Amino acid sequence: MTKSEVKLLGAWPSPFVMRARIALNIKSVSYEFLEETFQPKSQLLLDSNPVYKKVPVLINQDKPICESLIIVQYVDDVWSSGPSILPSEPYDRAIARFWATYLDDKWYPTLRSVRGAKGEDERKKLIKEVGEGLTLLEDALNKISRGKDFFGGDQIGYLDIAFGCFLGWLRVTESLTGVKLLDQVKTPCLAKWAERFCAHGAVKDVMPQTEKLVEFAKMLMAKMAASTPN
Amino acid sequence: MIREDVKLFNFHASPFGQRVIWALKLKGVDYECIEEDIFNKSNLLLELNPVHKKVPVLVHRNKPIAESLVILEYIDETWKQYPLMPQNPYQRAHARFWANFAEQKLLVAARIARLSSGEEQGKAVNEAREAMEKIEEEIKGKKFFGGDKIGYLDIVIGWISYWIPVWEEVGSMKILDPLKFPAINAWITNFLSHPTINDTLPQRDKMVVYYHSRRKEVSPS
Repeated sequence: MTKSEVKLLGAWPSPFVMRARIALNIKSVSYEFLEETFQPKSQLLLDSNPVYKKVPVLINQDKPICESLIIVQYVDDVWSSGPSILPSEPYDRAIARFWATYLDDKWYPTLRSVRGAKGEDERKKLIKEVGEGLTLLEDALNKISRGKDFFGGDQIGYLDIAFGCFLGWLRVTESLTGVKLLDQVKTPCLAKWAERFCAHGAVKDVMPQTEKLVEFAKMLMAKMAASTPN
Repeated sequence: MIREDVKLFNFHASPFGQRVIWALKLKGVDYECIEEDIFNKSNLLLELNPVHKKVPVLVHRNKPIAESLVILEYIDETWKQYPLMPQNPYQRAHARFWANFAEQKLLVAARIARLSSGEEQGKAVNEAREAMEKIEEEIKGKKFFGGDKIGYLDIVIGWISYWIPVWEEVGSMKILDPLKFPAINAWITNFLSHPTINDTLPQRDKMVVYYHSRRKEVSPS
């Protein structure tokens, strides 16, 4: 496939965009990465994702595919000769999809809302919920990995991608709140898994540096504070 | 009917559980249905779905699976007859996209509309209608979302055919105006006239009672 046939419209701070990039990397797909401008949103974004107007959007032979987990499954389906992203057994696939849904519907929204929490009590409550979620995920990792390095076994798979993309923003939250959430004591297996994930060949070049993300988060928070009436 | 060890933990009025029933029935998979009392959940359910403590939960060969959309894909991958997902990867992505959209934009708004009143309800009804407009465009010119046959997306969105009218009654509001959404209404007629879809629908009067009680909990007036 020629490089220009596969395009990914994205943004460097987005964990969702990262998912698509990791999937393409696993399959060794050459693609053109288009950094979205946002202010204003590019015509390409508006045309290729009219429903949500969000990144990532994968464009393969002029056909757009939206929503990060849908893109990951699509990449797995299309480039089927490469290493598998989803597990092969239906039950294992169901478990991976279950936890990915939990991450997107419950865990990450809670993590995000920590930054915008109104007051110390609310922040503490949300941090506690994030921690409880990590305990569930620690347990899930133990069960699913069966002693191997990743949720996907010897190689990173669907759930590694779905969860690992949030590590940058998790570290940002730890940095901004001063609370360690993923550590050797509370979540030893996840802590080790996180290191291995970030060092993985398909991940390391697309995982943004935490310092850059912290700067970006502070800039976003300043913008929000400026636009909120007193 | 295929004999397998399949159990479904469900609640009669659940639109999520109904999806699982439709999928199993279309594939001719035999299953045991265990009715949960939503107001008094069994310890077994809490063990099978400790994360969300909700129905539906499918248990196959003693292994539990929760979340209706996850269950649907599991069913389709396990029992190959009457395929629900499209074969083509792009069509599959397309079906999943619209399933997700209907879940996030239509279902959430419709639920708020059935529980709320006044300005809050008005806002939710508008959001639900906006979502319906996009779904109307998707179904135009097709008998089913899946083409000639009922497929994954029909089953995912199918709740609107039977649950929306009940929610409209309970909430005294209107989302699915037949004049505004002729294609969706045509699809509903086709969908509900399929015997497998129709034969498994829960009793309407019981559903109305249940949804009224939910509304009263939230706004006791």
